[in-house]
Amino acid sequence: MDIPFLYETLLKLLTGVPLTLQLASSSVGLGAILAVMLALARLSGLRLLIWPASFYVFIFRSTPLLVQIFLIYHGLGQFHAVRASFLWPILREPYWCALIALTLNTAAYACEIVRGALLSVPPGQIEAARACGMSPFTLYRRIVFPLALRHALPGYGNEFILMIKSTALASIITLMEVTGLAAELISESFRAIEILIVAAATYLFINFTITRLVLWAEYTLSADLRPPPVTQRQGGSL
Amino acid sequence: MTASDFVLGFGKAGWGAALLQATLMTLVVALTGYAFGLLVGSLGAWAKIKGGPLLRSIADAYTTVLRGIPDILVIYLFYFGSSAVLTPLARLFGISGFVSLPGFMAGALAIGLVSGAYQTEVMRGAYRAVSVGEIEAAIAASMSGSTMFRRIIAPLVLRHALPGLGNVWQLVLKESALVSVTGLVEILRQAQIGAGSTGQPFTFFFAAGVLYLAISSLSTWLLRRTEARLRLGMGRA
Repeated sequence: MDIPFLYETLLKLLTGVPLTLQLASSSVGLGAILAVMLALARLSGLRLLIWPASFYVFIFRSTPLLVQIFLIYHGLGQFHAVRASFLWPILREPYWCALIALTLNTAAYACEIVRGALLSVPPGQIEAARACGMSPFTLYRRIVFPLALRHALPGYGNEFILMIKSTALASIITLMEVTGLAAELISESFRAIEILIVAAATYLFINFTITRLVLWAEYTLSADLRPPPVTQRQGGSL
Repeated sequence: MTASDFVLGFGKAGWGAALLQATLMTLVVALTGYAFGLLVGSLGAWAKIKGGPLLRSIADAYTTVLRGIPDILVIYLFYFGSSAVLTPLARLFGISGFVSLPGFMAGALAIGLVSGAYQTEVMRGAYRAVSVGEIEAAIAASMSGSTMFRRIIAPLVLRHALPGLGNVWQLVLKESALVSVTGLVEILRQAQIGAGSTGQPFTFFFAAGVLYLAISSLSTWLLRRTEARLRLGMGRA
């Protein structure tokens, strides 16, 4: 084992970690907003809203992310109208194309998580809030969203890890995140196995950290489900 | 008829036949990888359920690592990694240049190894869903271990595992698009070639998307039918 080479590779790959994290967190953040809107549309009971939202989810979940990335990055440039529009400075940048594709993709998956979470809010809680005279907005802000958030958290943690892994595809449209740097190093040194193992370890470490953070968030948010702390009193006779 | 219809047509200048052939390649590479994954997954589940501490920790490490890293890295590992081993070996035999596993093999192996990690968990969950009573009944009927596995455990596990296995198949299908990086001419690679030579990327990538959509919808339909059929024997409360 060539420890100095592995160390050097690790240092080089670490410079790609900020881009990986940035792509994943911005797409998950933006995707969450879209996902909530899609989930509310699917639960609205209005066919005009349900159908487009369901169709969107179906399309984005049944096609490979790489096809979506290519369609946005390479595909949109086929139209003169797109190239002439004010959006072109954004749509010709691989960074923005990757971000858009990742956001649209994660929104479709997250929509289902959010929908399940919204459905899991016990009707009794909503009825109680209505009985207190809460307006629909207050009801959502104070009751539905906080309860749904707790329910959605484990699923959303998984989605975040999936997105960390998905950002690797951005390297195919020339972005230099961890996988992009690894591919570049491989083509320079031809030491594929060592470089890929270091890259894999980097991803594993990121994902491990995220799993811990999500577990911690779950723990903090579920204080009501834990037994109350037992306090030992001095001289303990009751 | 617009120009784009022509490009995807079946005429002399059309790419229709090439795309259909590529669809076949996608199916073959995905199915091969999936079958390999099924094998790995069964072994992994067996190791997790019946294995000793060593086997169990190996299986745990396998599922944790393979589910925690991007799939594309695994494909690169087989494609470029195999060249790191094979290129010096080929030089011994007087062949110079880049020697690697063929894209098909690297892709199928990578898909198998990744999906095997997911299938391990699916199978393990399905095994735990088999009720103890049925296994006890088989033992009471003095079935040998292999007969019990063949007649009782395998059919029941398969039944419980089917929805999960269906999900993994949909994952594998989408993952197969990544094999295009090895140059294997499956749907996405063929679309890239078509896009490059006609200058109509949107048309081709859109067509690729539609083809994936078609395969995935068809498999959903087939899986639903199979599930309904297999559930006939299982009363629903």
